[in-house]
Amino acid sequence: MPGKLKVKIVAGRHLPVMDRASDLTDAFVEVKFGNTTFKTDVYPKSLNPQWNSEWFKFEVDDEELQDEPLQITVLDHDTYSANDAIGKVYIDIDPLLYSEAATVISGWFPIYDTIHGIRGEINVVVKVDLFNDLNRFRQSSCGVKFFCTTSIPKCYRAVIIHGFVEELVVNEDPEYQWIDRIRTPRASNEARQRLISLMSGELQRKIGLKVLEMRGNAVVGYLQCFDLEGESGLVVRAIGTVCTLDKLSNTSAFLPACNSPSKEMKEIPFNEDPNPNTHSSGPSTPLKNQTYSFSPSKSYSRQSSSSDTDLSLTPKTAPSPQGPRIFLFPSSPTLSCDSPHLKKSCLLLSGSALNPLHSSHVSPVVLRKSVSFTEELLLAASGMGSGSAGKEGGPFKTLLRQQTQSALEQREFPFFTLTTFPPGFLVHVGGVVSARSVKLLDRIHNPDEPETRDAWWAEIRQEIKSHAKALGCHAVVGYSESTSICEEVCILSASGTAAVLNPRFLQDGTVEGCLEQRLSWQPGFFSIGSEKGEVDFFPQSQDSSSLLGIEEASPPGCGFCHIPYDELNMPFPAHLTYCYNCRKQKVPDVLFTTIDLPVEAIVIGKGCLIQARLCRLKKKAQAEANATSISNLLPFMEYEVHTQLMNKLKLRGMNALFGLRIQITVGENMLMGLASATGVYLAALPTPGGIQIAGKTPNDGTYEQHISHMQKKINDTIAKNKELYEINPPELPEEIIGSPIPEPRQRSRLLRSQSESSDEVTELDLSHGKKDAFVLEIDDTDAMEDVHSLLTDAPPPSGFYSCNTEIMPGISNWTPEIQMFTAVRVSRLGNINLTNQTLNKNFNDLCENLLKSLYFKLRSMVPCCLCHVNFTVALPEDELVQIAVTAVAITFDKNQTLQANKAPTEKSQQRASTDNEEQLQFPLELCPDPLASQPSLPAKEVLEGATSQTGIPAAQRDRCNSWIELIKLKAQTIRRGSIKTTASLDKTSPLAEGYLRHRSVPSCTNSTVSVVKMTPLSFLPGAKITKYLGIINMFFIRETTSLREEGGVSGFLHAFIAEVFAMVRAHVAALGGNAVVSYIMKQCVFMENPNKNQAQCLINVSGDAVIFVRESELEMLPVQPSTVVSQPTSSGGDVTT
Amino acid sequence: MTSDLDIFVGNTTLIDEEVYQLWLDGYTVSEAVSRRLRGGLLERSGTSVSVLQSDTRDHFRTFQMLERLLHSPPRLCQQLLFQIPPPRQAALIQGYYAFEPALARELLGKKLSKGTKKELDEVSARTGLSLRACRRQFDNFKRVFKAVEELKGPLAELIQQHFLLPPPLARDYAAIVFFANSRFETGKRRLQFLSFGDLAACAQHMMGHWTQGAMTPEAAEPDGDVPRSFLQDLKELKVLVSDKDLLDQHKSLVCSALRGKISVYNEMETNFKVLDPCRSDHWSLGDLRLFLGSYTTAPRALGGFRHQLLWERYMAGISACLLRMYHE
Repeated sequence: MPGKLKVKIVAGRHLPVMDRASDLTDAFVEVKFGNTTFKTDVYPKSLNPQWNSEWFKFEVDDEELQDEPLQITVLDHDTYSANDAIGKVYIDIDPLLYSEAATVISGWFPIYDTIHGIRGEINVVVKVDLFNDLNRFRQSSCGVKFFCTTSIPKCYRAVIIHGFVEELVVNEDPEYQWIDRIRTPRASNEARQRLISLMSGELQRKIGLKVLEMRGNAVVGYLQCFDLEGESGLVVRAIGTVCTLDKLSNTSAFLPACNSPSKEMKEIPFNEDPNPNTHSSGPSTPLKNQTYSFSPSKSYSRQSSSSDTDLSLTPKTAPSPQGPRIFLFPSSPTLSCDSPHLKKSCLLLSGSALNPLHSSHVSPVVLRKSVSFTEELLLAASGMGSGSAGKEGGPFKTLLRQQTQSALEQREFPFFTLTTFPPGFLVHVGGVVSARSVKLLDRIHNPDEPETRDAWWAEIRQEIKSHAKALGCHAVVGYSESTSICEEVCILSASGTAAVLNPRFLQDGTVEGCLEQRLSWQPGFFSIGSEKGEVDFFPQSQDSSSLLGIEEASPPGCGFCHIPYDELNMPFPAHLTYCYNCRKQKVPDVLFTTIDLPVEAIVIGKGCLIQARLCRLKKKAQAEANATSISNLLPFMEYEVHTQLMNKLKLRGMNALFGLRIQITVGENMLMGLASATGVYLAALPTPGGIQIAGKTPNDGTYEQHISHMQKKINDTIAKNKELYEINPPELPEEIIGSPIPEPRQRSRLLRSQSESSDEVTELDLSHGKKDAFVLEIDDTDAMEDVHSLLTDAPPPSGFYSCNTEIMPGISNWTPEIQMFTAVRVSRLGNINLTNQTLNKNFNDLCENLLKSLYFKLRSMVPCCLCHVNFTVALPEDELVQIAVTAVAITFDKNQTLQANKAPTEKSQQRASTDNEEQLQFPLELCPDPLASQPSLPAKEVLEGATSQTGIPAAQRDRCNSWIELIKLKAQTIRRGSIKTTASLDKTSPLAEGYLRHRSVPSCTNSTVSVVKMTPLSFLPGAKITKYLGIINMFFIRETTSLREEGGVSGFLHAFIAEVFAMVRAHVAALGGNAVVSYIMKQCVFMENPNKNQAQCLINVSGDAVIFVRESELEMLPVQPSTVVSQPTSSGGDVTT
Repeated sequence: MTSDLDIFVGNTTLIDEEVYQLWLDGYTVSEAVSRRLRGGLLERSGTSVSVLQSDTRDHFRTFQMLERLLHSPPRLCQQLLFQIPPPRQAALIQGYYAFEPALARELLGKKLSKGTKKELDEVSARTGLSLRACRRQFDNFKRVFKAVEELKGPLAELIQQHFLLPPPLARDYAAIVFFANSRFETGKRRLQFLSFGDLAACAQHMMGHWTQGAMTPEAAEPDGDVPRSFLQDLKELKVLVSDKDLLDQHKSLVCSALRGKISVYNEMETNFKVLDPCRSDHWSLGDLRLFLGSYTTAPRALGGFRHQLLWERYMAGISACLLRMYHE
């Protein structure tokens, strides 16, 4: 009996009138946990009862504590008939089960009824006393922390990132049980709510057990979903990333205020940074001195995009030793002392003791060289680790491979649900990998062994894994899974980004001592300047700093763009060039990913939301026939979605997509595809070519004219967009980059596959003629329509930006003013002669209008950015399309941004945590070389010197760059002061706008409701998260039999969503929090029957409850932040006991 | 393609002041849309009519949901459903309880009953307000009236407490309640020239001087009523008028006190009692004030007049009212 749950019912308020005669209510409360129920006394004749109950105590197993929700039912006592239920409150007590989260749940909770919605509020206090459990074979996993946030939570650091965890539980859906025929809809819905609550508790516990097994202590990026399979059951499944997290001590957490996101982001803008210029102006690069040599005899079967078997061929069966991949040129100055270092690196990589010799004689200059050297190796090794595995590469590679293998390949699925990573974690990014499979649902016979569902997912994950391998990657990041169900057909989808990760972050034990510090997710501690970070951070141990060469190897701002796969045996045709940033490695022409923009990425200009929208009609069919027709359609849809994305990306003059999410929804007579991503211009990638239109009938004069007209329109749009998004990449002379690798074909970086299809249809040759222009061939009216539709996407009105990622490149000065919202639209498509074209147009208009109306609604927040714009499409019925959008609008300070852009001082990654003086020291250590740096020079002069010296050798230029970075860093710290003032100014502005007739407004000073902010982002601008209080995961059902009276479908759903928000806020406030981060509405299933005047809706939301402190307050607050947090006050008497 | 369902829900409830005013003014969604269009919103924001329609519908829906809470403002501040910053809550309440003085003038002194409500369409026609707006304002009067009907204490403060209104608005409501309670016939032709503001000020003076609350703060009776005892006592004062002797004495005392101080002395003598004549004779406000002052204090010198305190209390109220009413 390792736990005691204590509950006290304090009071109620605003209860509904239950007795018409007296206009009053005789309320009492039932408190239920597991199978135990307690009751309060009846508080007669009051709408504001004061129960002030005793402490109800439940003595329970911790397993039960994890699974069961606390159920509080408010009833109206009736002497003669059955007591009427007023409503219920479900409280998830999980946050009380681990020490770092909340200690008490106390506050006003809305009393919720599935038919009437919120009916008054109840004040409850809940506590848990946990006893230590020494049982090794326990079934509970108390203490494992869960986070929805898909990055390492802000006040923790990752000691180890273990990897993927998944679980699913299955049950019968109460709505489809026989008993449902005789019970009321309310009883059925309540049974469903209770069951799902129970199931998610159980699921979380099971995941927790797996976490403990993996020796982790937390799940980050936890995503739990429900599949309402109807007749065949109810599936609750979850995925996440297991980590070992360490709470940052208060001092370190508080030292750098810049740790907070607002600061992080203000460093992003890079548009007018001269850095790319400096790079480009160099006459020669080390690249020229290095040659890659590959054996020509190597055979490598080009895998087809849709078949598993092909893919499985690629990795380990490749032929054996080919000789070293890298030929070193000892004459090259950069590599002069390479071989000893190579050995050392090997030693170190294998985890052996550090080499003292190394540190004693190495000078920073040499260190630098060794670093740049290992970088090459790593690249080679990483390529080898998967796609070209088996090609021998010397002892170093073997060692690295072993390590990588031990870290990743022993795992069934090397997947990570994270989208943002600690610096250095992400080495290379391959591209998007996705897999879909169409399944026919059958009844789950034994809920305890949901084998079929498990097998389905295992299959898909396997596919994803092999796709990643084909891309030369050993891991998948930004991984997510989803389903779309219609009748008995289910599409299972998974997608992620193939990546090469730094094995250091994944290992247990071996390198931990060195790891711990490196991994701390403190932006302040990482910087792109590779040397800087370590010297700065490990001034005392040269050893470790040199060893860190591994993660420092990739050039910081562009390393992740470098291809991980073998360039001569690319898994798909791509157009490679040398990296425009470092000029050392090959990069693709475009990059698609599902992750967030890495903070260290060098981006030019601003980003924007890009969507591809698509409908495909399908015949109504049953079972197998239906599944077959769906799986036949899928590849075409994927292809088209992809083409649209590519076109739209080029139309905006951008070259990379982040946060890509492709949703394919199945309905009775159609399929819908909606892809959302954030387009950016990565400085490392080549400038995208334009879009060229080619007509099929070249002799027709008017046709020609039309084509050229279109071409002009497209060119104009591209030019306009470049201006709009401030994309002014530096002009690069062709020779510097070198001629592109002869690989003329251009195709997707998206590896598609449908498990029930094997098609090569998508392999169209899209490129002919002009070298880097994307050619659109107009051969029929369809294509014409497509081109037209390309041009219909209206840019957001001035002052607005939008993205679906966490951060918007190019915008830095966020104010604390945020507005999270959910908008839902259901549209009837009309049933007359629907064609794909009209459908597409309708769908497109629907999305565009929705966006337009969001911009209009939020116009008072301008200048502002809609972040994390998340569209979800559902097809609830024939001809009905439902789109739900959740996003957050954040106001930014335009003037500040301008200043920031003017100052050549921006660098995304540099969040200086230490003070200026400290930072001024490291160049001394770094650059004793008098040529490169003269520490006595005033910072500005050095900067100018560095930029003006175009002819300096590469090695020196690098050092100059680090100087520039230093100066930027410094300027940044200086600028920080001004940020604070604006933040405080902005805070007053919303209040300032008084209105109506009288200006003297008495505020509702007796307000007891504490403000709870909600955001889909993992941070709050201008604020610092000081504590995570636990996960919020709530499921509600609401129904009505008086739809018209409640304002029709809009009135019904509007009220329901408002209620869901209210309940989330109330729970957060009761935990002592003041915000929900990483909020997501995972499900919104709306059904109506207007003829019967009925409607029903299910909503599932989740997020992380947190306490945040405003940065402005933080400064005045040297001590514990928790004291600042106001516990929700209750007028009902003492609740703080 | 038509949108059946179209909603927007913000974590902080989005309120458009302009649309709120349109809603308060009783416009339908389509009327409000056309008004917004006329305001040039389309040009300014570069959006489409359908967006404007959707936005207006959404706001109206929000206001309808809020209306229930606006009926008891303290609940608006306590409720959890809509997260609204307190200053905005206050503004919402104020907007909702604001009323058109012309309408209030029409209803002043009338019984706030169903019958009166039925007459609102006439009121609507006379005042140019939409019937809906009239109804809301009437319902507000009635709600406030009902809420404080049985309560004790100073009326304006009670209203301020229960409806979280700014003090000036609460005082106006207090006046409305006062008139509704005492049923002064403000509809008389002779009083037509008085605005709501005049009458509200009078009500405040009367309450200030005559009600229980004015005498003893912890009065047992509600403030809206002029205490019965006071009215009873007033009968005693009739002697000043009915007793010819006293009247003459009073008159001469006042006259002598004011001789030379008032420019329209000649007329004063004749127009001793009522306001109207003063007006026709173009008294200045200062003259009237002097006259009333001396009229009030004069009885002190009257022998055989025992109700000096009562008289002065009565006169303080009357004087203040008369001064207020006395305008062009």
